[in-house]
Amino acid sequence: MTAPVATGRLSVGIVKFASCDGCQLSLLDLEDELLEVVGKFDIVEFPEASSVRSSGPYDVLLVEGSISTEDQRREIAELRGKAKTLVTIGACASYGGIQALRNWVDHDAVRAAVYAHPEYIESLATATPVREHVKVDAELHGCPINQDQLRELLASVALGRRPQIREEAVCLDCKRRGNVCVLVASGMPCLGPVTQGGCGALCPTYGRGCYGCFGPKELANARSLADSFLDGREAADVGRLFAGFTAYAEPFRSIVTEFGGTRMDPAGPATPTAASEGGNDR
Amino acid sequence: MTGTNQLDPTTGPRPGLDHDFNVSYITRVEGEGSLRLRVRDGGVVEARLSIFEAPRYFEQLVVGRTPDEVIDIVSRICGICPVAYQMSAVHAFEDLFGIEIDPEIRALRRLLYCGEWIQSHALHIYLLHAPDFLGYPSAIAMAADHKSIVERGLAIKKLGNLIMSTIGGRAIHPISVRVGGFSRVPRPAAFDELRRVLDGVVEAAEETVRMVAGFDAPDYRREPRLVALVHPDEYPYNHGRIRSSDGVDLPVDRWDDAFEELHVEGTNALQARTRDGEVYLLGPAARITLAAGTLHPLAAEALARTGMAESIRTNIYWSILARAIELLHAAAEARDIIDAYHRPAEPRVPWTSRPGRAAWATEAPRGLLFHRYEVDERGFVAAAQIVPPTSQNQAAIEADLAAFAPAVLDLPHEEATLRLEQLIRSYDPCISCATHFLDLRIEDDS
Repeated sequence: MTAPVATGRLSVGIVKFASCDGCQLSLLDLEDELLEVVGKFDIVEFPEASSVRSSGPYDVLLVEGSISTEDQRREIAELRGKAKTLVTIGACASYGGIQALRNWVDHDAVRAAVYAHPEYIESLATATPVREHVKVDAELHGCPINQDQLRELLASVALGRRPQIREEAVCLDCKRRGNVCVLVASGMPCLGPVTQGGCGALCPTYGRGCYGCFGPKELANARSLADSFLDGREAADVGRLFAGFTAYAEPFRSIVTEFGGTRMDPAGPATPTAASEGGNDR
Repeated sequence: MTGTNQLDPTTGPRPGLDHDFNVSYITRVEGEGSLRLRVRDGGVVEARLSIFEAPRYFEQLVVGRTPDEVIDIVSRICGICPVAYQMSAVHAFEDLFGIEIDPEIRALRRLLYCGEWIQSHALHIYLLHAPDFLGYPSAIAMAADHKSIVERGLAIKKLGNLIMSTIGGRAIHPISVRVGGFSRVPRPAAFDELRRVLDGVVEAAEETVRMVAGFDAPDYRREPRLVALVHPDEYPYNHGRIRSSDGVDLPVDRWDDAFEELHVEGTNALQARTRDGEVYLLGPAARITLAAGTLHPLAAEALARTGMAESIRTNIYWSILARAIELLHAAAEARDIIDAYHRPAEPRVPWTSRPGRAAWATEAPRGLLFHRYEVDERGFVAAAQIVPPTSQNQAAIEADLAAFAPAVLDLPHEEATLRLEQLIRSYDPCISCATHFLDLRIEDDS
């Protein structure tokens, strides 16, 4: 154990927008290391876990959740101004999350379908990643984020270096684990070849195809994989494979738009009508 | 998110006599909400919890999806209780499709749910709620003086997460639950590591009961209408009948026969009432009161030793003790299930879809969670209704706040806020779940 350096510990804020709280919970789930880890920082804002509040400034701000209301749009801009380093944690903040599926449908119809008084509900037509609104310094992916990656991110921040997070597809984790390929051996549609690793190839290890929750691997030919799934399947069935927790990330987004799969209103077509509305103007 | 928690005097008609104030962001709960109290002549005329957690429209996100996709999607409603959402959904579909699951699969699902209860209850008792009783703003601050207590809570929570990840691949949004069973089931040896620490965790849960029974809770008494699943042979998780303290007795798929959801202005959560417009309470206190006969013997003995069953029923501040009793139950039952575990021959049974109404309720850590789906001829969900426990408890929280607040309104604002927040935290509200949910603001109308 070393004493805090003379300059003091870094001040850290953890905030959320539209999300399930799961990525913040990943921090509390560090358990054995939690007290040591939080001892390295000055956690000044973490309303899920502490009644001590701070309106900034922050050396590091961890942001969970996507931007889906006018207030959130204002708030993220304010928070960016108070944060030296802003890191998005999880599929919602980094890609829009599952709620970004509404970006393909008529928001007013969705709102009216869920709430008796849609006029009481304030929300934007879209749920969008933080990066569409403000500059983001680093992103952690996953639904939820992976604890090893969170540990590495915090270590890198404390040490003042870039995080070393491996950029490779889920397939490589499958190979390391010695999994039989569910795609090749069982013909199960699996997004592993075009999805960023980080989960340890959980789904194939548990006998099912990857559903892409860490988002598209950079430069992966997702379209080609989607085309290969068409053999024996309808286009919308293939579209739905990509219409998950990172659907709004390209190239998954284009595949969902073209193939369909977000058919929330059973009578309506799957069109990205709202994808260009609201939330994207910053 | 950017302000401090405070009771803000707002401009009212009579400056100086003005008691209007608000808690703009309730901390140490899951999600975003606020509380506003309207005061007239020293009495609270209205307590309103506002949920400003952004709406995510889950009931529409699942339309057009297959049952297995729905299981993956609804878990994202809540990072703290994803298994609850998966369980209510999977049982609803299996009931509609006429699927009989293997008894070992049924036991594994119960074990998975034990894991979720353990991590969720340990999180709430030790990290969110105990700081209220011991006088700290957070568990992190509490750890400076009570390190061994916080470490005990974290060790219990870790075991819960380990159960979930062993069965479900990961603790947050597990991936193995499928209609008909699981995508893969663990070998018995997979439980060896957690079985080695489980005896210690059962002892730690017993110590938790002793610790919280010694806390000093505010004096408060009311006679709430309680609702929970009740099963003749087992503490309610996945199966049972919907029972209330005043005579409701319904099959698990017929919640909507006796209860309904209402949309109230100023909140993104729908609130539930009985069809007669009455307020009711779900969760650990309701379950222990209605289903005490099915507690694990270790938990039943621990409850008897406290002699506080009546306090649990009538004073919501003692929900922390109810949660501790359930923590012990879940740890003890998890041990029993693991000791009896045989790997099922098949991870899941084959099934075919059929159209109709799929409905089920299970007991989430925070209370009864009802799902209803309409499945179409092609096997896709055409409509959905998801009724989380916090939106059902919201009216009860507001009623308790209105009843309790007059006793604290004369206290300094900061202390009044703390006392009212402690009351709210006693419900372990999960606002992320209830966005269809909480700022404390008190307005004096007199």
